Amino acid sequence: MTAVMEAKGLSKHFQARRGLFGGSRGVVRAVDEISFAIETGHTLGVVGESGCGKTTTAKLVLGLETPSGGSIQFEGRDLETLDTPGRRRYRKSVQAVFQDPYASLNPRMRISAIIAEPLVTNEKTVAPEVRHRVLELLDLVGLPERSADLFPHEFSGGQRQRIAIARALVLSPQVIVLDEPVSALDVSIRAQILNLLRSLQTRLGLSYLFIAHDLAAVAHMSHEIVVMYLGKIVESGEARALALSPKHPYTKALFAAALPSHPDERSDEPVLQGEVPSPLSPPSGCHFHPRCPHATARCAQEAPRLRPVEGRQVACHLFE
Amino acid sequence: MANKLLSLENVSAHYVSQQGTRVVRAVDEVTLSLDAGETLGIVGESGSGKSTLALTILRLLPKAARIVGGRIMFEGEDLVDKPAAEMRRVRGKRIAMILQDPMASLNPLFTIGDQVGEPLRVHEGASRSSAWQRAIDLIKSVRIASPQTRVAQFPHEMSGGMRQRIVGAIGMSCEPRLLIADEPTTSLDLTIQAQYLDLLRELQRTHGLALIFITHNLGIVAKMCDQLAVMYAGRVVEQGPVSRVFSQPLHPYTKALLGSIPRMTEEREQLTAIDGQPPDLANLPAGCSFAARCPAAFARCQVEAPPDFTVEPGRSARCWLAAPTVHASIDQTIPLSRSAAS
Ligand SMILES: Nc1ncnc2c1ncn2[C@@H]1O[C@H](COP(=O)(O)OP(=O)(O)OP(=O)(O)O)[C@@H](O)[C@H]1O
Ligand SMILES: Nc1ncnc2c1ncn2[C@@H]1O[C@H](COP(=O)(O)OP(=O)(O)OP(=O)(O)O)[C@@H](O)[C@H]1O
Ligand code: SF4
Ligand code: SF4
Ligand SMILES: [Mg+2]
Ligand SMILES: [Mg+2]
Repeated sequence: MTAVMEAKGLSKHFQARRGLFGGSRGVVRAVDEISFAIETGHTLGVVGESGCGKTTTAKLVLGLETPSGGSIQFEGRDLETLDTPGRRRYRKSVQAVFQDPYASLNPRMRISAIIAEPLVTNEKTVAPEVRHRVLELLDLVGLPERSADLFPHEFSGGQRQRIAIARALVLSPQVIVLDEPVSALDVSIRAQILNLLRSLQTRLGLSYLFIAHDLAAVAHMSHEIVVMYLGKIVESGEARALALSPKHPYTKALFAAALPSHPDERSDEPVLQGEVPSPLSPPSGCHFHPRCPHATARCAQEAPRLRPVEGRQVACHLFE
Repeated sequence: MANKLLSLENVSAHYVSQQGTRVVRAVDEVTLSLDAGETLGIVGESGSGKSTLALTILRLLPKAARIVGGRIMFEGEDLVDKPAAEMRRVRGKRIAMILQDPMASLNPLFTIGDQVGEPLRVHEGASRSSAWQRAIDLIKSVRIASPQTRVAQFPHEMSGGMRQRIVGAIGMSCEPRLLIADEPTTSLDLTIQAQYLDLLRELQRTHGLALIFITHNLGIVAKMCDQLAVMYAGRVVEQGPVSRVFSQPLHPYTKALLGSIPRMTEEREQLTAIDGQPPDLANLPAGCSFAARCPAAFARCQVEAPPDFTVEPGRSARCWLAAPTVHASIDQTIPLSRSAAS
């Protein structure tokens, strides 16, 4: 197994105004020294509650944010050390599909121009070739040829997401970052898009970074999963094993909160109390300790480090 | 059906365009019922008529819409022809509605105490001080710490999870018999959602109230509901006890819907995709409205809409395949090609 992409000790800190009138300034550690690898042809799923740093991680991978610390390696090379052509190659190799298929497509452009835009701006391609490529991609994502000459408003949400996927594929990338690609879609359409993404992965050998709130969808799509809490990875490992028997108390609580797929699977496990603390003043020690049913005095003082536990990585004092 | 809390009989509600030329059949001959203390889930894709159905029950339809037929029996009275003033007394007191977008239902300019106490003052004529006192109790009942302090605060001073509890407290203030919750498409954080669902269930148990849950999310139905109604193109196409419907869906749409959700407990390469789109509600096809997307459609489906077949007590489906004697023979079945793209 080779990793197409690897993050090592990756961090992103934001300056944030504190309080209503913005007096003192605080630092949000949106992503705090995380390490992960995306294996070639695999999907790495990222889960965690709102504000835990998923989108920031996606932006770091896409080069839309510069890290405050740590590094990203692509095919064994550190992004920092890439020269200008190397950086351009990287940008072509890593593409994105975001949540909102309405906001991400320019309403005044025809579908052909939307899909071809990255091709036209990044490469010298002649018009007939561009057209050919657009039609090829429309076919690949299951849209009829005539879509090329229509505008975004003429499509449903699911169709627009197909267009966004076609656009992400136009430069033949190796990695696609999927930040909640189906959250805005109707249930029945979600299945279409998830099926499409999986079949494209098999056919084109793509690697995905897949972010979603729906744990069953992440488990369905991913080979490996990382679980984040307040900017840190608390657990990571093989997707099914992690989903079926989570180890970290937060992962356990998160998966216990997942909705059942059948009424006979209802559980009466107590739900996790309390809310996600403010990232501006995260709790000391283990960030999860105020909500953790197993917290001890040590947890409030000392942050647990990620360690290997039965083929997985877990950051919790219980597993030392 | 004397003991039913709510029963809808052939209720239809249509939106009519200003010129009267376009009639959207948003709710079409819906028949449903609910016992006291029971939870009914209503699922269906966007535009299938779920919110319109809720607004019909509450008689809160916009001007462009009207109830064109049927009866809505609630505690033995028909709500359809209730005078507006009486209907106002029913709403908020005996039937409450909560939107899960808590910011949209709270007024940023008034204190939490004023807002939680308002229904009590309006419907029960409570004085300001007694409403305030009851508001404190209600805030406590939705498990918010230090209610005495919270009652004097404004919505922006609370977290999202607390605001939701406050909205729950407002819904509960006059001890309604029926609560209708229309879920927004925006997803809540999982653990916060779980807390909220837990709270609703607890309130339901302690107050013995009936709940109608409108949602896109079959997981919420699986977790919360006793009964399920599946809507498609303005009609209830299948209904019955939740666990029966999940285990043995009768309608091809319900089957497809259940097959489309990924499951933690099983590994499947492909999910069931429902290709195509629902029909225009102003221009419904002659036959079954699901026929164009139905993998089981046969000749009759194209020309004749199936009635609601009762399959067993409390379970019904609008599909020819659910008819007591299935009229279709296998060789009549027209295979419908499914798109290879998905
Ligand atoms: N540009 C920015 N400036 C300041 N703070 C930011 C910025 N972008 C993100 N943050 C903060 O960083 C943290 C992580 O945000 P991020 O968007 O990565 O979360 P997320 O996990 O994607 O959440 P969600 O599930 O809600 O999409 C949050 O506390 C957020 O407020
Ligand atoms: N004010 C209106 N005027 C005309 N048609 C309307 C109006 N409001 C809704 N409709 C139509 O009525 C149908 C049912 O809409 P409704 O809002 O009840 O659906 P829904 O099932 O609640 O959808 P969602 O899941 O998106 O909330 C839709 O076709 C919609 O376009
Ligand atoms: S380190 Fe302590 S507080 Fe953190 S998850 Fe483990 S037991 Fe809970
Ligand atoms: S009536 Fe026919 S088209 Fe309609 S759902 Fe049943 S089998 Fe499918
Ligand atoms: Mg995000
Ligand atoms: Mg609605």
